[in-house]
Amino acid sequence: MNGGQDLGGVMGFGPVIDEQNKPIFHERWEARVLGLTLAMGALGLWNIDKGRYARENRPPNEYQSWRYYRIWFAGLETLIAQYGLLDETANAVSKGLKPLLPNLVQATLARGGPANRVAQAPAKFKVGDHITTKNINPPQHTRLPRYLRGHVGEVVTIHGAHVFPDFFAHDKGENPQWLYTIRFKATDIWGDDKNVNDYIHADLWEPYFV
Amino acid sequence: MTDHSHDDHHNHSEGSELSDTALRVRALETLLVEKGYVDPDALDQLIDTYENKVGPRNGAAVIAKAWVDESYRKRLFTNATAAIAELDFVGRQGEHMVAVENTPEVHNMIVCTLCSCYPWPVLGLPPIWYKSPPYRSRVVIDPRGVLADFGVSVPDDIEVRVWDSTAEVRYLVIPERPNGTHGWDEENLAKLVTRNSMIGTGMALNPEGLKS
Repeated sequence: MNGGQDLGGVMGFGPVIDEQNKPIFHERWEARVLGLTLAMGALGLWNIDKGRYARENRPPNEYQSWRYYRIWFAGLETLIAQYGLLDETANAVSKGLKPLLPNLVQATLARGGPANRVAQAPAKFKVGDHITTKNINPPQHTRLPRYLRGHVGEVVTIHGAHVFPDFFAHDKGENPQWLYTIRFKATDIWGDDKNVNDYIHADLWEPYFV
Repeated sequence: MTDHSHDDHHNHSEGSELSDTALRVRALETLLVEKGYVDPDALDQLIDTYENKVGPRNGAAVIAKAWVDESYRKRLFTNATAAIAELDFVGRQGEHMVAVENTPEVHNMIVCTLCSCYPWPVLGLPPIWYKSPPYRSRVVIDPRGVLADFGVSVPDDIEVRVWDSTAEVRYLVIPERPNGTHGWDEENLAKLVTRNSMIGTGMALNPEGLKS
């Protein structure tokens, strides 16, 4: 979706302010939000792409002015409401859910959520090929940023087939697709006044290409 | 649920009073525990892991090893996920790792313009600026301007490669080994490796920088 999250090339936010020695969490509630997001994710009701869509699908002015864990909290509230988890009669037992237990935390984090899958078809492109990204503007979740749509780039790495977020975020299955690292010239993306020695790389799925 | 809070701008700090957001987070946590979705000890362990146990010291150990051990360096560029796992850094947000190397000719920077993708097992949780609009918007269109914000200057004829983490691949920048460190062991080399040098918004410290 063309939401507040799709920030590449947007102007006016001012300089980047480094923080050398600040704590990871600026307020204690931020730590609780991180923990709650991970614990609720471990229930297995939703996936990482659905979580991202829940965060980005809100007014851009909110997304771009809130502190990041505030966005995570709003996304978590959205998902909890979608699944009716706080309905009066709902609880873990009635929903058939088992909470993440302390003795399984480290193993769960170590396992993570690998996204590579068996390919459904051979890859259409090889390293060195030039691809053109589609000009698409889906209202749903996509990982093809606006600034890289309708541009030519070069395949530099083939990562195998990975879960396709545009489907997975919307309960349409994993639909694994070939994932490539594509190298774009900054001058192709932004114009001739940019440095000819600057390049942008992005990891893009085959359905994003013409 | 609807949302009425507009007061916690990412560049502002809050006072000591519990904010509206803090109260709502506490209320939600209480409900989720009461209803059995969240085990409170597991919740504390999740937070403790990322607040106190996983952080950029992990990545610094990887870099230092790559600086002294040529065969490890090769494994890191062949299969970064496996090479990093040799040091027991594995799991969530590091399932598919790629190492990119800074050289006298190339400077790498990592970003996630669409959210906050970051290699947790080696760098821990991202700093607030990495997740905020100024960095995410500008590093892809003006990487050298962003470097200037960090006090870093890269000559115009050096290639700058920005890596936008749009999928589940996570990137780790391998900074250049500083001069004047010949013969140093991994433990001491790791002290020169800053978080920002592994994102690409900084360089590794030189021996004089370490003293200060």
